[in-house]
Amino acid sequence: MLKKPHYIILVLVVLLVIVLLKLPSETMGKVKLAISGLFLPLFGLTGSVHQLTNRATESVTTKEQLARQNEYLRRENEELKIQLQQDAAMTNENARLRGLVGWPRQTRWQVKLGRVIARDPANWWRSVEIDLGTRDGVKSNYPVLTSEGLVGRIQSAGQTRSQVILLGSPDLRVAALVLPGGETGVINAGASSPQENNMVDLDYLSGGSQVRPGYNVVTWGAGGVFPAGIVIGKVVDVHVKEYGLAVEARVKLAADLSALQEVWVMTP
Amino acid sequence: MNRLHTILILATAFVAVFFEAWFDGFRNVLGAQIDFLPALMVYAGVTGGYFTMVLAAGCGGLWFDSLSANPLGASVLPLLLIGLLAHWGRELFSSEHPAAQFFLGTMASALQPLAVLFVLLNLGTLPLLGWKSIWQWVVMAVGGGLFTPVCFALFSRFHQAFDYQPIHETTFRPDREIKRGRA
Repeated sequence: MLKKPHYIILVLVVLLVIVLLKLPSETMGKVKLAISGLFLPLFGLTGSVHQLTNRATESVTTKEQLARQNEYLRRENEELKIQLQQDAAMTNENARLRGLVGWPRQTRWQVKLGRVIARDPANWWRSVEIDLGTRDGVKSNYPVLTSEGLVGRIQSAGQTRSQVILLGSPDLRVAALVLPGGETGVINAGASSPQENNMVDLDYLSGGSQVRPGYNVVTWGAGGVFPAGIVIGKVVDVHVKEYGLAVEARVKLAADLSALQEVWVMTP
Repeated sequence: MNRLHTILILATAFVAVFFEAWFDGFRNVLGAQIDFLPALMVYAGVTGGYFTMVLAAGCGGLWFDSLSANPLGASVLPLLLIGLLAHWGRELFSSEHPAAQFFLGTMASALQPLAVLFVLLNLGTLPLLGWKSIWQWVVMAVGGGLFTPVCFALFSRFHQAFDYQPIHETTFRPDREIKRGRA
């Protein structure tokens, strides 16, 4: 069995663990980022290998494929330019009307591209690490999205890396708006979330809700973390709860959380 | 046990945690990530000294939690428990046999997630659990069990490569050599 020094070490380890577990969440986030900094060389190495592989793939791409891709991107660029002109006109009109009514002007968010460098090794959480940190202007609670839709928010930000908590995590709730109809609810980790990576629940819909499968769900903007209008997903099915007093909908997320490679972080 | 043994165990724990965070293959194919640390703790508990085992549990747990959304330290005590059980029972197990190693690894890998969940629920954090969690638990247990004999074989190779090998005494004695011919 154990000797006296063994018992002392055991007690010290247990005490250390208790102290760590009782740390405030902000301090704990910083300590975690400091410890996970030890993995930086390995993540850097895998990133370099990934880049080399991409370059090798690009070097064997035929000229014909590149020309086709170029043509497609040029056409998309033209379309986006036209859309941008329309959006600029609408933005001006919006600012003018807000000025007339006396509402404060909305600030335009910037986006920064980050690469997903690690996934949560535990099976009961949904989080990833990205290679953007406070050095890049990223802070806690900034929204994270892909071109398809909302992904999550920054949980803790280190100097060069940040931890992103993904939609469907028990710790992340998002105020959502259903379109058409404009009903509001809260995106939560649903009963089906552990089974299906891209499913979440839309709770707190009113009893007489008119939400139907196929309706779009976007961020509402209440709470101040997520700006309004970011696509979340589509309603898959609707269930009546609490003897008809409340309605709950399952939402299929627009962004594929299991295949995240690169994400955008919104910064004000 | 020498320092090399401790360093090798810690280095393996470090690489194992990195691999779990970086490699998506098991998650995409089997729907669950396999945790290699319980198998490593079995090895550390059975073959290493007490301090090596405690160090492996502490460092491995903290490294794992730093890349996870687990509260920092949540994995340390479960790993320590596995290491202690393996250390106390090391003379009872016939740990040279791959089948016994598989059994020990499976038990440890099945115990570890349950113990972590116990810690998490006691802390008041609610992890993402559902029916699929049972499948994930089975994958983790069997995956960890399969990794354990590999872990033992890998470390045996390491020690063959890096350790001083004992010089076996031969039965040959020069004073008893039969000299043929005339002296």
